[in-house]
Amino acid sequence: MSTLTLEKGINALKEQIDAPVAAFFSSCVHCGLCAEACLFYTETGDPRYAPINKVEPLRRIWASEFTLWGKLKKLVGLNKTVTDELLQQWEPLIYDGCTLCGRCSMVCPVGNDISTMIRKVREGMVASDHAPEGLVGASTRAIKIGSPMGVRLKALQAQIKHIEADTGLTIPVDVEGADYMALLSSMEIINFPEYIESLAKIFKQADISWTLSSEAYEATNSGIQIGSSDIARELVQRVVDGAEKLKVKYVISPECGHAYTAIRWDGPNLIGRPYSFKVVHILELLDQLRNEGKLKTTGQFDKRITFHDPCQIVRKGGVEAQPRNLLKQVASNFIEMEEHGKMNWCCGGGGGVSANERADEIRLKAFKRKKSQLDEINVEVMVTACANCRLVLEEGLEENNMDIPVIGLSELISDHLTEE
Amino acid sequence: MDIFNNANDFLIWTRGTGFNIAIAIFIFGVLIRVLEILLLGRKADYSEPRGTQWGPGLKTIISRSLVDKGTLNRSPFVVVVGYIWHIGFFICLLLFVPHIELINASLGIKWPGLPSPVLDAAAAVTMFSMLAILWHRMTHPVMKFLSTYEDYLVWLLSFLPLLSGYIAYHRMINPYPMALGLHLLTVELLLVVFPFTKLMHAFTLFLARWYTGAMMGRKGVES
Repeated sequence: MSTLTLEKGINALKEQIDAPVAAFFSSCVHCGLCAEACLFYTETGDPRYAPINKVEPLRRIWASEFTLWGKLKKLVGLNKTVTDELLQQWEPLIYDGCTLCGRCSMVCPVGNDISTMIRKVREGMVASDHAPEGLVGASTRAIKIGSPMGVRLKALQAQIKHIEADTGLTIPVDVEGADYMALLSSMEIINFPEYIESLAKIFKQADISWTLSSEAYEATNSGIQIGSSDIARELVQRVVDGAEKLKVKYVISPECGHAYTAIRWDGPNLIGRPYSFKVVHILELLDQLRNEGKLKTTGQFDKRITFHDPCQIVRKGGVEAQPRNLLKQVASNFIEMEEHGKMNWCCGGGGGVSANERADEIRLKAFKRKKSQLDEINVEVMVTACANCRLVLEEGLEENNMDIPVIGLSELISDHLTEE
Repeated sequence: MDIFNNANDFLIWTRGTGFNIAIAIFIFGVLIRVLEILLLGRKADYSEPRGTQWGPGLKTIISRSLVDKGTLNRSPFVVVVGYIWHIGFFICLLLFVPHIELINASLGIKWPGLPSPVLDAAAAVTMFSMLAILWHRMTHPVMKFLSTYEDYLVWLLSFLPLLSGYIAYHRMINPYPMALGLHLLTVELLLVVFPFTKLMHAFTLFLARWYTGAMMGRKGVES
């Protein structure tokens, strides 16, 4: 990435400034309340992690290029500039100390959407070659191999073979004209293939016409995490091409947080047009099936269980009621964490943090926030709807000697399907 | 000229020329700042909306004045003192009878004010809350870290009109025209710096809250 320069970074930052950003910077009064909403501040006590501090590079660009007063200051050399040193200093704050969870954006009293601005700063970071190695590697693998974890089609085919042999079910691949095309995250393929099995079981019972695509099965989007619209666009385009080739009506976003943001909200803007298909999150689809009486379950899970809201699906995605509706159908002892739903605390590993080895230490520190939430409610099992949250939670729980298994919601539903 | 003539001239200037200059800078400055924001616009959003924008945007303008439970529990000081200072400031500005008379004289609109002793107490509480906020800003790790010279300048220029008003009301400086002139001068200073500082949040927070509420509303998220 030798062609990346400070100049490109500054230009990328300039391109990020729009009316909302200008309104946000004009409104900040330095009250510091955003810090208390950020698990990287609450668990470290380091004021540099105050969310509004993380966007300082973007603020400098806005102030000196997009305000009359700032332009005058620049004329006489009184403006604060963006330098490589500054970006280098800010890199750990932007990538290691922020999961783009969006909690700060919910509490800012003047209404600043700070997390969206941090996402914008990442564009400048990538363009100026200040992105962390772990994420650069993941993005490179995503572009070259098709998966941030280096998972190839062969691996998926092998998993499909196993599941088909174990269950006697068929996993449809490349079925043209199917209603739904399901996407998967690499983590589901490698770590949690039970998700694929759950889909097959649930869709068979509900008589859903679905397929996987051998050309577009990967849902994760490293471009969104590292903050490069160019990479993100290419990865979204692959899914769009795959879905349009198979002429499906719907694309199903899997149990993966940022994949939902990528394909549901950012995707059409990256490729510059609306899709010819609709995107639904798996939880939306399952809840719809439940509503239509097509999700028939038997028995209830009776252990004390709580739901960890994946930030990108709930707070930033708007899928909040659906997981609760589904849980109520299959769990008799469902307990909410005190701050849940749109105010939930992140697991600490979203936004590319878990793909960035350098951040391992601070991520485990930030996990203490989730630990204290769990300590308050004393549950036996956790359920979530994001493979990345799941891995990060499992690691955090293990690190803290907490014996709480974490399961996926689709899997929990599928375990309670009425046998036919 | 004796001190009384000087004081009268000073008051005449602060009431007339000085006030006009300050108001002009304030109005033009605020207009430029708001236009600077609005003219940047937003890119078209091609994603399929789940909800609307206008309703949630307007709702967030109201709802962000109310604190969420978690923030109140974690930062009770900033939240409570923040409310006291803002409410106190607006009481002093808008419910003091001489202020209402001044507004009536220039704009032709009026409303009932509060009795002077109540205003007197409100001013004292407001000034006290500002001192508390200043202390917090200088000692709390996050606020101290985030604060720039502008934060302290804006604090000072917001405090002075309250202090000078209090002094004038209690005739603590003689002659009275001098006290009143000083009060007006501090108000004018505040108006002049307003468009160039974070004081702009008084206007731009409506935009900020609306944009955030609208963007989240579009996704079906209540903010």
